[in-house]
Amino acid sequence: MCPRIKVLRKVLSPPIIKGFMPYGPETGKQKQDLVNLLYEEYEALRLNDYDLLNHHQASAMMGVSRPTFTRIYASALQKIAKAFVEGKQISIEGGKVYFDSDWYQCKKCACYFNNPEKDKSVEFCPLCGSQQVNKFDYENSHEDAPNKNCDDFCICPNCGVEQEHQHGQPCSKQICPQCESLMKRKRNINCKKNKN
Amino acid sequence: MKVAITSTGNTLESTIDQRFGRCAYFVVYDTANKAMEFIPNPNKDAEEGAGPASVQLIASRNVNKIVSGEFGMKIKSLLDSLKIQMIVLKEPEKSIKDIIEMLNH
Repeated sequence: MCPRIKVLRKVLSPPIIKGFMPYGPETGKQKQDLVNLLYEEYEALRLNDYDLLNHHQASAMMGVSRPTFTRIYASALQKIAKAFVEGKQISIEGGKVYFDSDWYQCKKCACYFNNPEKDKSVEFCPLCGSQQVNKFDYENSHEDAPNKNCDDFCICPNCGVEQEHQHGQPCSKQICPQCESLMKRKRNINCKKNKN
Repeated sequence: MKVAITSTGNTLESTIDQRFGRCAYFVVYDTANKAMEFIPNPNKDAEEGAGPASVQLIASRNVNKIVSGEFGMKIKSLLDSLKIQMIVLKEPEKSIKDIIEMLNH
Protein backbone atom coordinates (compact mmCIF):
# COMPACT_ATOMS: atom_id res chain seq x y z
CA MET A 1 0.00 0.00 0.00
CA CYS A 2 1.26 3.44 -0.82
CA PRO A 3 0.89 6.26 1.71
CA ARG A 4 -1.76 8.93 1.40
CA ILE A 5 -0.72 11.73 -0.96
CA LYS A 6 0.23 14.95 0.81
CA VAL A 7 -2.04 17.90 0.21
CA LEU A 8 -0.28 20.91 -1.34
CA ARG A 9 0.36 23.54 1.31
CA LYS A 10 -0.31 27.15 0.42
CA VAL A 11 2.50 29.53 1.31
CA LEU A 12 1.86 33.25 1.02
CA SER A 13 5.32 34.20 -0.14
CA PRO A 14 8.77 32.67 0.04
CA PRO A 15 10.91 33.89 2.99
CA ILE A 16 13.19 36.85 2.28
CA ILE A 17 16.26 34.90 3.43
CA LYS A 18 17.59 31.51 2.52
CA GLY A 19 18.64 30.47 6.02
CA PHE A 20 20.68 31.24 9.14
CA MET A 21 24.34 30.74 10.05
CA PRO A 22 25.58 30.29 13.62
CA TYR A 23 28.57 32.33 14.81
CA GLY A 24 31.03 32.00 17.72
CA PRO A 25 34.18 30.02 18.51
CA GLU A 26 32.47 26.64 18.58
CA THR A 27 31.04 26.92 15.11
CA GLY A 28 32.82 25.12 12.36
CA LYS A 29 34.38 22.54 14.69
CA GLN A 30 31.71 20.01 14.10
CA LYS A 31 30.82 18.51 10.81
CA GLN A 32 29.06 21.14 8.79
CA ASP A 33 25.68 19.65 8.18
CA LEU A 34 22.62 21.79 8.17
CA VAL A 35 19.04 21.60 9.31
CA ASN A 36 16.61 21.85 6.46
CA LEU A 37 13.54 23.86 7.38
CA LEU A 38 10.82 23.35 4.78
CA TYR A 39 8.84 26.27 3.32
CA GLU A 40 5.64 24.93 4.86
CA GLU A 41 7.32 24.86 8.29
CA TYR A 42 8.53 28.42 7.85
CA GLU A 43 5.01 29.43 6.87
CA ALA A 44 3.50 27.64 9.89
CA LEU A 45 5.87 29.47 12.21
CA ARG A 46 5.16 32.79 10.54
CA LEU A 47 1.38 32.42 10.72
CA ASN A 48 1.35 31.16 14.29
CA ASP A 49 4.04 33.21 16.00
CA TYR A 50 4.48 36.26 13.80
CA ASP A 51 0.93 36.88 12.62
CA LEU A 52 -0.39 35.46 15.92
CA LEU A 53 -3.12 33.35 14.35
CA ASN A 54 -4.40 30.25 16.06
CA HIS A 55 -3.84 26.82 14.53
CA HIS A 56 -7.38 26.73 13.21
CA GLN A 57 -7.15 30.00 11.28
CA ALA A 58 -3.62 29.25 10.13
CA SER A 59 -4.61 25.83 8.81
CA ALA A 60 -7.34 27.45 6.69
CA MET A 61 -4.77 29.91 5.29
CA MET A 62 -2.47 27.08 4.30
CA GLY A 63 -5.26 24.88 2.95
CA VAL A 64 -4.59 21.93 5.26
CA SER A 65 -6.47 20.46 8.20
CA ARG A 66 -5.88 21.70 11.74
CA PRO A 67 -4.09 18.49 12.89
CA THR A 68 -1.83 18.64 9.83
CA PHE A 69 -0.98 22.24 10.61
CA THR A 70 -0.12 21.33 14.20
CA ARG A 71 2.19 18.58 12.96
CA ILE A 72 3.94 20.94 10.55
CA TYR A 73 4.33 23.51 13.33
CA ALA A 74 5.68 20.95 15.80
CA SER A 75 8.21 19.78 13.24
CA ALA A 76 9.28 23.39 12.61
CA LEU A 77 9.92 23.99 16.34
CA GLN A 78 11.82 20.71 16.63
CA LYS A 79 14.10 21.58 13.76
CA ILE A 80 14.81 25.09 15.02
CA ALA A 81 15.53 23.75 18.51
CA LYS A 82 17.91 21.20 17.03
CA ALA A 83 19.75 23.86 15.07
CA PHE A 84 20.04 26.12 18.14
CA VAL A 85 21.24 23.42 20.53
CA GLU A 86 23.65 21.73 18.15
CA GLY A 87 24.85 24.97 16.58
CA LYS A 88 23.83 24.04 13.08
CA GLN A 89 22.97 26.10 10.07
CA ILE A 90 19.35 26.40 9.04
CA SER A 91 18.53 26.38 5.38
CA ILE A 92 14.98 27.16 4.34
CA GLU A 93 14.01 25.28 1.21
CA GLY A 94 11.88 22.51 -0.20
CA GLY A 95 8.53 21.16 0.88
CA LYS A 96 5.29 20.42 -0.90
CA VAL A 97 4.05 23.96 -1.35
CA TYR A 98 2.77 26.46 -3.85
CA PHE A 99 3.05 30.20 -3.50
CA ASP A 100 0.07 32.42 -3.35
CA SER A 101 1.66 35.85 -3.18
CA ASP A 102 2.13 36.42 -6.86
CA TRP A 103 -1.52 36.79 -7.80
CA TYR A 104 -2.73 40.13 -9.02
CA GLN A 105 -6.07 41.58 -9.90
CA CYS A 106 -6.90 44.03 -12.66
CA LYS A 107 -9.56 46.58 -11.76
CA LYS A 108 -10.48 47.36 -15.34
CA CYS A 109 -11.25 43.92 -16.77
CA ALA A 110 -11.73 42.12 -13.43
CA CYS A 111 -9.31 39.36 -14.25
CA TYR A 112 -6.80 37.67 -11.97
CA PHE A 113 -3.32 36.75 -13.10
CA ASN A 114 -0.10 35.48 -11.64
CA ASN A 115 3.47 36.52 -12.23
CA PRO A 116 5.72 33.65 -13.25
CA GLU A 117 8.80 35.90 -13.43
CA LYS A 118 9.28 36.58 -9.74
CA ASP A 119 12.14 39.05 -10.17
CA LYS A 120 10.11 41.41 -12.36
CA SER A 121 7.37 43.53 -10.88
CA VAL A 122 3.94 43.73 -12.45
CA GLU A 123 2.81 47.07 -13.82
CA PHE A 124 0.40 46.27 -16.62
CA CYS A 125 -2.52 43.91 -16.90
CA PRO A 126 -1.49 41.19 -19.38
CA LEU A 127 -5.01 41.12 -20.80
CA CYS A 128 -6.20 44.68 -21.27
CA GLY A 129 -2.95 46.53 -20.60
CA SER A 130 -4.38 48.88 -18.00
CA GLN A 131 -2.21 50.03 -15.13
CA GLN A 132 -4.88 49.49 -12.47
CA VAL A 133 -3.42 46.30 -11.11
CA ASN A 134 -3.51 45.38 -7.46
CA LYS A 135 -2.00 42.63 -5.47
CA PHE A 136 -4.68 40.00 -4.89
CA ASP A 137 -5.82 40.30 -1.30
CA TYR A 138 -6.28 36.86 0.16
CA GLU A 139 -7.78 38.19 3.41
CA ASN A 140 -10.89 39.54 1.72
CA SER A 141 -11.58 36.58 -0.52
CA HIS A 142 -11.63 33.46 1.54
CA GLU A 143 -13.42 31.63 -1.24
CA ASP A 144 -11.15 28.66 -1.42
CA ALA A 145 -10.45 28.17 2.26
CA PRO A 146 -11.34 24.51 2.65
CA ASN A 147 -12.73 24.73 6.16
CA LYS A 148 -15.20 27.45 5.30
CA ASN A 149 -18.04 25.36 3.91
CA CYS A 150 -19.61 24.59 7.24
CA ASP A 151 -23.28 25.44 6.83
CA ASP A 152 -23.92 25.77 10.51
CA PHE A 153 -25.66 28.62 12.23
CA CYS A 154 -25.23 30.53 15.44
CA ILE A 155 -28.48 30.93 17.31
CA CYS A 156 -29.42 33.34 20.08
CA PRO A 157 -30.86 31.39 23.02
CA ASN A 158 -32.73 34.46 24.14
CA CYS A 159 -34.69 35.60 21.09
CA GLY A 160 -33.99 32.84 18.57
CA VAL A 161 -32.24 34.97 15.93
CA GLU A 162 -30.01 32.91 13.64
CA GLN A 163 -26.95 33.99 11.73
CA GLU A 164 -24.47 32.08 9.64
CA HIS A 165 -21.58 30.66 11.65
CA GLN A 166 -18.24 32.23 10.78
CA HIS A 167 -15.46 29.71 10.61
CA GLY A 168 -12.83 30.25 13.29
CA GLN A 169 -14.99 32.56 15.35
CA PRO A 170 -16.60 30.90 18.35
CA CYS A 171 -20.35 31.39 18.63
CA SER A 172 -20.04 32.01 22.35
CA LYS A 173 -18.19 35.23 21.58
CA GLN A 174 -20.73 36.46 19.02
CA ILE A 175 -23.27 39.00 20.17
CA CYS A 176 -26.87 38.77 19.03
CA PRO A 177 -27.69 41.76 16.75
CA GLN A 178 -31.16 42.15 18.31
CA CYS A 179 -31.02 41.54 22.04
CA GLU A 180 -27.24 41.74 22.52
CA SER A 181 -26.92 38.49 24.45
CA LEU A 182 -24.29 35.86 23.65
CA MET A 183 -24.97 33.42 20.82
CA LYS A 184 -24.81 29.61 20.82
CA ARG A 185 -24.10 27.03 18.14
CA LYS A 186 -27.20 25.57 16.53
CA ARG A 187 -25.44 22.26 15.65
CA ASN A 188 -26.74 21.56 12.23
CA ILE A 189 -26.57 17.83 11.44
CA ASN A 190 -25.62 18.57 7.85
CA CYS A 191 -22.47 20.40 8.91
CA LYS A 192 -19.80 19.03 6.62
CA LYS A 193 -16.72 17.54 8.14
CA ASN A 194 -13.52 19.31 7.15
CA LYS A 195 -12.00 17.57 4.21
CA ASN A 196 -8.28 17.27 3.74
CA MET B 1 4.13 36.17 -27.96
CA LYS B 2 1.55 33.42 -27.95
CA VAL B 3 -1.57 33.37 -25.79
CA ALA B 4 -3.87 30.38 -25.31
CA ILE B 5 -7.56 30.98 -24.61
CA THR B 6 -10.00 28.24 -23.63
CA SER B 7 -13.08 28.31 -25.84
CA THR B 8 -16.46 26.60 -25.95
CA GLY B 9 -16.53 26.48 -29.76
CA ASN B 10 -14.39 26.96 -32.84
CA THR B 11 -15.61 30.38 -33.97
CA LEU B 12 -14.70 33.90 -32.94
CA GLU B 13 -18.18 34.33 -31.47
CA SER B 14 -17.84 31.41 -29.06
CA THR B 15 -17.48 32.28 -25.42
CA ILE B 16 -14.59 31.58 -23.08
CA ASP B 17 -14.72 28.13 -21.46
CA GLN B 18 -14.68 28.38 -17.69
CA ARG B 19 -12.71 25.14 -17.35
CA PHE B 20 -9.14 24.66 -18.43
CA GLY B 21 -8.47 20.93 -18.66
CA ARG B 22 -11.83 19.94 -20.13
CA CYS B 23 -12.57 22.92 -22.37
CA ALA B 24 -13.87 22.21 -25.88
CA TYR B 25 -11.25 24.14 -27.86
CA PHE B 26 -8.01 25.97 -27.27
CA VAL B 27 -7.41 29.14 -29.26
CA VAL B 28 -3.72 29.86 -29.71
CA TYR B 29 -3.33 33.49 -30.68
CA ASP B 30 -0.05 34.99 -31.77
CA THR B 31 0.07 38.69 -30.85
CA ALA B 32 3.01 39.35 -33.19
CA ASN B 33 1.47 38.30 -36.51
CA LYS B 34 -2.17 38.14 -35.31
CA ALA B 35 -2.46 34.52 -36.40
CA MET B 36 -4.81 32.22 -34.58
CA GLU B 37 -5.33 28.53 -34.45
CA PHE B 38 -8.21 26.51 -33.02
CA ILE B 39 -7.15 23.24 -31.45
CA PRO B 40 -9.84 20.77 -30.40
CA ASN B 41 -9.09 19.48 -26.92
CA PRO B 42 -8.52 15.71 -27.00
CA ASN B 43 -8.91 15.55 -23.22
CA LYS B 44 -12.42 16.95 -23.20
CA ASP B 45 -14.04 13.80 -21.85
CA ALA B 46 -11.05 12.42 -19.99
CA GLU B 47 -11.90 11.02 -16.59
CA GLU B 48 -8.62 11.82 -14.97
CA GLY B 49 -5.53 13.87 -15.73
CA ALA B 50 -7.19 16.19 -18.25
CA GLY B 51 -5.39 19.22 -16.78
CA PRO B 52 -1.79 18.00 -17.01
CA ALA B 53 -2.43 16.53 -20.47
CA SER B 54 -3.79 19.90 -21.63
CA VAL B 55 -0.78 21.68 -20.16
CA GLN B 56 1.45 19.42 -22.23
CA LEU B 57 -0.50 20.20 -25.38
CA ILE B 58 -0.32 23.95 -24.70
CA ALA B 59 3.34 23.87 -23.70
CA SER B 60 4.24 22.13 -26.98
CA ARG B 61 3.00 25.25 -28.82
CA ASN B 62 5.34 27.54 -26.81
CA VAL B 63 2.55 29.55 -25.28
CA ASN B 64 3.44 32.31 -22.73
CA LYS B 65 0.00 33.05 -21.29
CA ILE B 66 -3.22 31.15 -20.78
CA VAL B 67 -6.62 32.81 -20.37
CA SER B 68 -9.28 30.65 -18.73
CA GLY B 69 -11.99 30.76 -16.10
CA GLU B 70 -10.41 28.44 -13.61
CA PHE B 71 -7.26 26.41 -13.13
CA GLY B 72 -7.14 23.18 -11.16
CA MET B 73 -4.83 22.37 -8.29
CA LYS B 74 -2.52 20.11 -10.30
CA ILE B 75 -2.04 22.70 -13.01
CA LYS B 76 -0.87 25.68 -10.97
CA SER B 77 2.40 24.11 -9.91
CA LEU B 78 2.98 22.73 -13.41
CA LEU B 79 2.47 26.10 -15.09
CA ASP B 80 4.61 27.77 -12.44
CA SER B 81 7.52 25.52 -13.31
CA LEU B 82 6.98 26.08 -17.04
CA LYS B 83 6.80 29.86 -16.43
CA ILE B 84 3.49 30.20 -18.19
CA GLN B 85 1.32 33.02 -16.94
CA MET B 86 -2.21 32.19 -15.84
CA ILE B 87 -4.96 34.76 -16.38
CA VAL B 88 -8.25 33.99 -14.66
CA LEU B 89 -11.23 35.73 -16.25
CA LYS B 90 -14.49 34.99 -14.47
CA GLU B 91 -16.81 36.33 -17.13
CA PRO B 92 -18.44 33.41 -18.93
CA GLU B 93 -20.24 35.59 -21.49
CA LYS B 94 -17.04 37.13 -22.93
CA SER B 95 -16.42 35.95 -26.49
CA ILE B 96 -13.05 35.01 -27.98
CA LYS B 97 -13.30 38.11 -30.20
CA ASP B 98 -13.62 40.38 -27.12
CA ILE B 99 -10.64 38.77 -25.46
CA ILE B 100 -8.47 39.08 -28.55
CA GLU B 101 -9.44 42.75 -28.76
CA MET B 102 -8.42 43.19 -25.14
CA LEU B 103 -5.11 41.49 -25.84
CA ASN B 104 -4.42 43.92 -28.68
CA HIS B 105 -4.89 46.91 -26.35
